[in-house]
Amino acid sequence: MADQLQRAHPLSGRLVSNAGVTVEPAPEAPRMILRAGKSALPALSKALGVKLPTKPKKSANGNGRIAIWLGPDEWLVIDLQSGDPAADCAAVKVLHSAVDVSHRNTAIIVSGTHSAAVINGGCPLDLSLDAFPAGAATRTVFGKAEIILLRETEDRFRIECWRSFSDYVFGFLEAAAVDTDG
Amino acid sequence: MSGANRLAGAGRLVPARTARFSFDGESLTGLEGDTLASALLANGIHLVGRSFKYHRPRGILSAGPEEPNALVGIKRDSARYTPNVRASVQEIYDGLQAVSQNRWPSLVFDVGALNDLASPFFSAGFYYKTFMWPKAAWKTIYEPNIRSAAGLGVSPSEPDPDSYSARYAHCDVLVVGGGVSGLSAALAAARTGARVILCDEQAQMGGALHFESGTQLDGTDGFSWAGEMARQLSAMDNVRVLNRTTAFGYFAQNMVGLVQRLSDHLAVPAPGRPRERLWQVRAGRVIIATGAIERPMVFVNNDKPGIMLASAARVFLNHYGVAVGRRVGVFTANDSAYAAAVDLKLAGIDIAAIVDARSAPQGPLIDKARVLGIEILTGHTVARTTGRLRVSSMTVAPIAGGSQRAIAVDALLMSSGWTPSVHLFSQSRGKVAWDEASDRFLPGNYAQDCVSVGACNGTDRLETSIAEASAAGAAMAEQSGHKSRGKMPRTKMETSESWGGGMLGAAPGAGVEAKGKAFVDFQNDVTAKDIRLAVREGMHSIEHVKRFTTNGMATDQGKTSNLHGLAIAAEALGREIPKVGLTTFRAPYTPVTFGALVNHSRGELFDTTRRTPMHNWHVGQGAVFEDVGNWKRAWYYPQPGEDMHQAVNRECRTVRESVGLFDATTLGKIEVVGPDAAKFMNLLYTNPWDKLGVGRCRYGIMLREDGFIYDDGVVGRLAEDRFHVTTTTGGAPRVLNHMEDYLQTEFPELKVWLTSTSEQWAVIAVQGPKAREIIAPLVDGIDLSNEAMPHMSVREGRICGVPTRLFRMSFTGECGYEINVPSDYGQAVWEAIWERGEPHGICAYGTETMHVLRAEKGYIIVGQDTDGTVSPLDAGLQWAIGKKKTDFVGMRGLKRADLVAGGRKQLVGLKTTDPKTVLEEGAQIVADPNQSVPMKMIGHVTSSYWSENCGHSIALALVENGFERTGETLHVPMPDTTLAVTVTGAVFIDEEGKRLHG
Repeated sequence: MADQLQRAHPLSGRLVSNAGVTVEPAPEAPRMILRAGKSALPALSKALGVKLPTKPKKSANGNGRIAIWLGPDEWLVIDLQSGDPAADCAAVKVLHSAVDVSHRNTAIIVSGTHSAAVINGGCPLDLSLDAFPAGAATRTVFGKAEIILLRETEDRFRIECWRSFSDYVFGFLEAAAVDTDG
Repeated sequence: MSGANRLAGAGRLVPARTARFSFDGESLTGLEGDTLASALLANGIHLVGRSFKYHRPRGILSAGPEEPNALVGIKRDSARYTPNVRASVQEIYDGLQAVSQNRWPSLVFDVGALNDLASPFFSAGFYYKTFMWPKAAWKTIYEPNIRSAAGLGVSPSEPDPDSYSARYAHCDVLVVGGGVSGLSAALAAARTGARVILCDEQAQMGGALHFESGTQLDGTDGFSWAGEMARQLSAMDNVRVLNRTTAFGYFAQNMVGLVQRLSDHLAVPAPGRPRERLWQVRAGRVIIATGAIERPMVFVNNDKPGIMLASAARVFLNHYGVAVGRRVGVFTANDSAYAAAVDLKLAGIDIAAIVDARSAPQGPLIDKARVLGIEILTGHTVARTTGRLRVSSMTVAPIAGGSQRAIAVDALLMSSGWTPSVHLFSQSRGKVAWDEASDRFLPGNYAQDCVSVGACNGTDRLETSIAEASAAGAAMAEQSGHKSRGKMPRTKMETSESWGGGMLGAAPGAGVEAKGKAFVDFQNDVTAKDIRLAVREGMHSIEHVKRFTTNGMATDQGKTSNLHGLAIAAEALGREIPKVGLTTFRAPYTPVTFGALVNHSRGELFDTTRRTPMHNWHVGQGAVFEDVGNWKRAWYYPQPGEDMHQAVNRECRTVRESVGLFDATTLGKIEVVGPDAAKFMNLLYTNPWDKLGVGRCRYGIMLREDGFIYDDGVVGRLAEDRFHVTTTTGGAPRVLNHMEDYLQTEFPELKVWLTSTSEQWAVIAVQGPKAREIIAPLVDGIDLSNEAMPHMSVREGRICGVPTRLFRMSFTGECGYEINVPSDYGQAVWEAIWERGEPHGICAYGTETMHVLRAEKGYIIVGQDTDGTVSPLDAGLQWAIGKKKTDFVGMRGLKRADLVAGGRKQLVGLKTTDPKTVLEEGAQIVADPNQSVPMKMIGHVTSSYWSENCGHSIALALVENGFERTGETLHVPMPDTTLAVTVTGAVFIDEEGKRLHG
């Protein structure tokens, strides 16, 4: 019986597809919050196969993984290939904390030429390409919810939020996606 | 034909493009691009409303957002009704319905106009005096009547069906105002490549170029030039041009609020599209180019329909092609009104006379008027006007004295000069300074990164305005890191316009001795006399004068009245204007809809609604939900025919007799990881953690510095360096903050990290004597026997094939488990357990049953049985304090004299004499029910329920010296009776706790 249990995605079946913007749930992905001091970074980066960024608003890609800088000693690591980043970190003997948040977070992909405008419907950040280029990522707010915003490409964003806030965040994006001109 | 007063060949609208609209039910024709004001005037309609206090007939004063008089209701359909819309701002569309306000039964015959005759009783401040006696009349007579008389217009009665949008935006330079200065500044800034936003409140850019017929720019008329500039700017990638967009508020750090009207001008707004869009612009620099507002003259009967600002008449003529009258008088103390007379005269309108309060005005405009043969009466004043529903004559008089003469007019234009629009500058916390030479307040000290250019900066000459604006645009762009590229092309200009002259205060002849009403504030019906009265009654500060008279306090915020009011007060006080001061300008500049401010945050999006992974299962079982913070929690699960009481009784019984399932997902969870994890826990909780073995749990209490209980929860040790901490549902965010705060500021040397896992885990509490039996077959890799896994232990393994952190713990007093599984599996695991439990009579129980069961065991709920003034000693939890510990947050607080002194309120149980009586939570407790009122209250009930399992009611209470009162009878006075109660221990069931270990 054990392996028959299906995951229930909180945004299963939701989709917004308007001219110039698409809002859809991202596929499930293992995630962890990694906490570590500076001296541990080379070993952890090596174990993960992605160089952990050390500057605010930065993310890095490698080994099918995205590492997002959240604070001087804090990263969100998303594994797009269903690996086990926490296990990889556990294999190296440097001081760190790896906590699985695969189910705490869920993600929404906003794509299309109007995606920045739609996100600016609830997010006060400057999303111009100069201020927030592809690869930029940060923890911020969207409406009344906390999100982590990653710009994957010029016209494609990944919004990470906690599971129980995802209905609100998706609903807000849906409302903002009506107003794409101007 | 779009109205008898539309002049062929005049204005910029296209005669063939007509639009039908109605005013008070009368069907009329206007032109596309008309405002309601211009369309009404084209149809010869000047009377559009009744004034607030005296119900005097009022017309259209202005052609812009400063309009105090012409407020109407605009109705699109039954749900879309907007009161107090300025006719001078509302664009007409085919099918627009406008209705006048503040009149009954009709605009022409209004009963409320009796107030005008009774006006001696309604002088300034009348409401502070008149309604003082008798006292009882206030509630029954005065207040209801004042409320029905107060305010203009009627609120819409249905929910607003429109949607409103919002957008945050950033730019290097925000330019507010699209007149000649704003356009020049925007263009100069944009040419550097800087990101520019240009907004203007009107439908088209141009500002004063709408009416300035005498200005030529780059070889074309000013308004066409403005259109061309706007087109050029719109075509640039780095520029956003927003028309119909009002900058209504200037907030901290160059955050400027704009509201963009998207569909109020459309006959058929696209369905589902937003009506308005709120822009919250974070601007590197702001250029304020908001222009100036013309002031009326203050003279007796200056409020009759047909009397309007000179510039407004020019807008109506030069932009809309509408003549505001056929025989027009002009009363001025300023040059620019002459241009209005000249324009009208050239359009074939008869100018009755120009009355100029100045003795010897000179200049090209005056000469031009003279050349056209217009009679100019210098050194004269308009003593009064006549006419009931529209002005019919003006009585002119030499200021030096002499005989008066009535001149027939059907419109009267006035100008006492121009007031720079320093509203936004003032909102930015900039300080205005009085300019002696020009008698006006101008931007003085700046508080934010902004600059004022053009008329709002007191720059009157066109050439200087353009130069100043262009320089500002380039400088602001450069300050934000953008260098000028090449030379800015010079704008070639020619102008015959002049804004010189002007006066403040009452016109000659409208002084103290004048009879009749000379209005200062048209919207709030404040006259020059009212202001003088306020001074006589002791109001010496302009702030007091304003509040006493309500001058400048209407929705127009005194755009046309503030300076006159100030000047009249200064004269009455015998002081100079800057000594009397200026009132502060506040946001919004013009009224903003609630819809725009609220935008997306309504209905489902008003706030976040958090639901657990098992939410839909609860819904399917007919659960009733309660809100706990932002969470929806299942409260109880009524079966068909059950009320809440019956459902809760059944749930309570089932848990103690068999087994119950409870969704505990909302509890906060924090993972504490690192070699110093136990050290950190020792510091943050009262309990000792060093000796807690891996795989064991402990109930922890967290205090604030002052020694009072802050939060509690069960903590499991997963490894030497890893704790799984739980918090209360409501406490989750603040407990993490509290921990992080201490970690970063007090104990930064500790090697430990905190991560919220509240939502990583769905938590299924399985509680009751059959709990183990039911889950055992589903669990892999964990020995559930009492010996291997006693009460208060935690194991990691699998349930239904998915990973679990399985806690053996209990908030019910029964043998129980709290099964943590990754959230996405929550509902599937829940259903699997449910299926297993059904043959055993399992029930799902909600938060109400949870409350009852824990109260039967005397388990506290932080925030219900504690209130921020309860120490662990008060709550009977001294056993949870590590006696050997040398430090923890709150340790010193616990030793404070008043926390260890006698007489503390302590948590006890209460039983009522009648077992069926359930006390009211919050009820006060007294020792002697026969003492005199006010009685000495010695405590209060914190939790109270009917306990089906006990067969009697139970209650917890905080009572002075409660621990010493066991067995005592106390009393709970209620409105209709006094209930006797007996003090007991706080545990009502299974005092030895045997059931936990079953």
